[in-house]
Amino acid sequence: MAPLLDIDGLCVSYGAIQALADVSVHLDQGEIVTVLGANGAGKSTLLQAVSGLVPIGKGSVVFGGEAMNRVPPYDIVRRGISLSPEGRRVFPTLTVEENLNLGAYTRREKKAQVRGAKERVFLLFPILKERCRQLAGTLSGGEQQMLAIGRALMSAPKVLLLDEPSLGLAPILVKQIFDIVSEINGQGTTILLVEQNAQKALRIASRGYVLENGRIVASGPCSELKADRKIQEAYLGGSALKARTNPS
Amino acid sequence: MQVILEQLINGLTIGSFYALIALGYSMVYGVLKLINFAHGDLFTFGSYLGYTVLVFGAAFLTAHFGLWGAFVVATGVAALSIACVGVVMERIAYRPVYRAGRLPAVVSALGASIFLQNAIMVIWGPRFQAYPSEFIPDAKVMLGDIRISLLQVIILAMSFLLMGLLYFIVQKTTFGAAIRATAHDRKTASLMGININKVIFFVFTLGPALGALTGVMVGMYYRQISFTMGWNYGLKAFTASVLGGIGNIPGAMVGGLILGVLEMLGAAYISAAWKDVFVFVILILVLIFRPTGILGEKTAEKV
Repeated sequence: MAPLLDIDGLCVSYGAIQALADVSVHLDQGEIVTVLGANGAGKSTLLQAVSGLVPIGKGSVVFGGEAMNRVPPYDIVRRGISLSPEGRRVFPTLTVEENLNLGAYTRREKKAQVRGAKERVFLLFPILKERCRQLAGTLSGGEQQMLAIGRALMSAPKVLLLDEPSLGLAPILVKQIFDIVSEINGQGTTILLVEQNAQKALRIASRGYVLENGRIVASGPCSELKADRKIQEAYLGGSALKARTNPS
Repeated sequence: MQVILEQLINGLTIGSFYALIALGYSMVYGVLKLINFAHGDLFTFGSYLGYTVLVFGAAFLTAHFGLWGAFVVATGVAALSIACVGVVMERIAYRPVYRAGRLPAVVSALGASIFLQNAIMVIWGPRFQAYPSEFIPDAKVMLGDIRISLLQVIILAMSFLLMGLLYFIVQKTTFGAAIRATAHDRKTASLMGININKVIFFVFTLGPALGALTGVMVGMYYRQISFTMGWNYGLKAFTASVLGGIGNIPGAMVGGLILGVLEMLGAAYISAAWKDVFVFVILILVLIFRPTGILGEKTAEKV
């Protein structure tokens, strides 16, 4: 069976700087796939290229058999790929409910579907229901992350792209977020998860890729990646080192 | 008391002019972070178009639509045409320079302003033009002890209706939320499936259309128009949008109304010759003490 999302030989440049070089990643229906890498490795660029936010230099993104290279971002959402961006990016001056409604913007005509999607999000994140009428800017960091994921789910995506959902969250919240990501996957959404928290990501994903300086340097089932000595040193063991080099 | 109330109503009338023009500034600024300096000239352009419709269509319009119909046709033609001019202007003057940053866009806006002003002068001539008085209702209405003109009642009713409508669209509909989201973070808005170009199209049709409508109302209220009037109105409306919090749509309405009332009261009780001074003193004070304006963004962002 052809993969649901097939990224093949992707190259992206910002001016003279090459952010991604010949990156190939594929997702099969129903998987969680993780992309690991340090700051600046190109993880976010990869997700933004798939979402149409940054122009693709070379290579192709094929989703459900259709080429997505020149499709504008608003149309990519309509076709079923939704991104929860790095840093949450909720709209702070809009209420929680307005944020969620915008997540379903592509199907705003179908009121019943929007309501259904909102109910589903409230089941995953009950706190959002309580905070419904509050401005999103007044939520805590963890709540904003839940809102960002919930908002991305509102378009009922076939593929959910998650960019660092654990960034800056307390350990207990990190665990909760990862549990919910698994749950969303269990409900049938294919997930591409970009993370710095390699340990947690490898635990819930089935396969993984390691990105270094815009290139894929390793890939395979998570069990293999976890056993790989180089990956253990760089991404799993050296947490104290990472805390020093990545103050974020 | 009576005089104060009458001045208050006069203030609200010109305040609603400022508010309607300020909406155009604020909507465009909100979405594009661009001050559309040509907006005042779109207002003038609309005023002249309304004038032309009334002058040249006088016999035809009154015969077919009656006095009120003529007013509606004149404002309608002006609003629709200027909406088109707004869209064309965005394509020609702004879209090509968006990527170059904010300063080139401001220069381009000033250029568009100069171009429009001169175009108006070439088409209609440099002299004042008088709105045909036979189309302007001169009846008076008694509101208790206060005498106000029927025209003022119409202007106020129409302005508040338009502002109410816009407020509803922007604050209560999903498309309105899309506009506010785009104003806040364009990239993320496009991730929601919002077509940013549609939002830009919306602000560049509705803003200029409201400006043109105001132009026709100003022509009827003051009876005479000149090709340079857009500068003064534009500047005051810009002040109004800063006062209310630029980019904030209810803010533009509130700012315009407050500015109009203050200007009128200042003119009545201090000195009419100084009325423009009051406006710009307000602008300076707002910029010093509350640069975000009355309704400017207050929410702290969590990072």
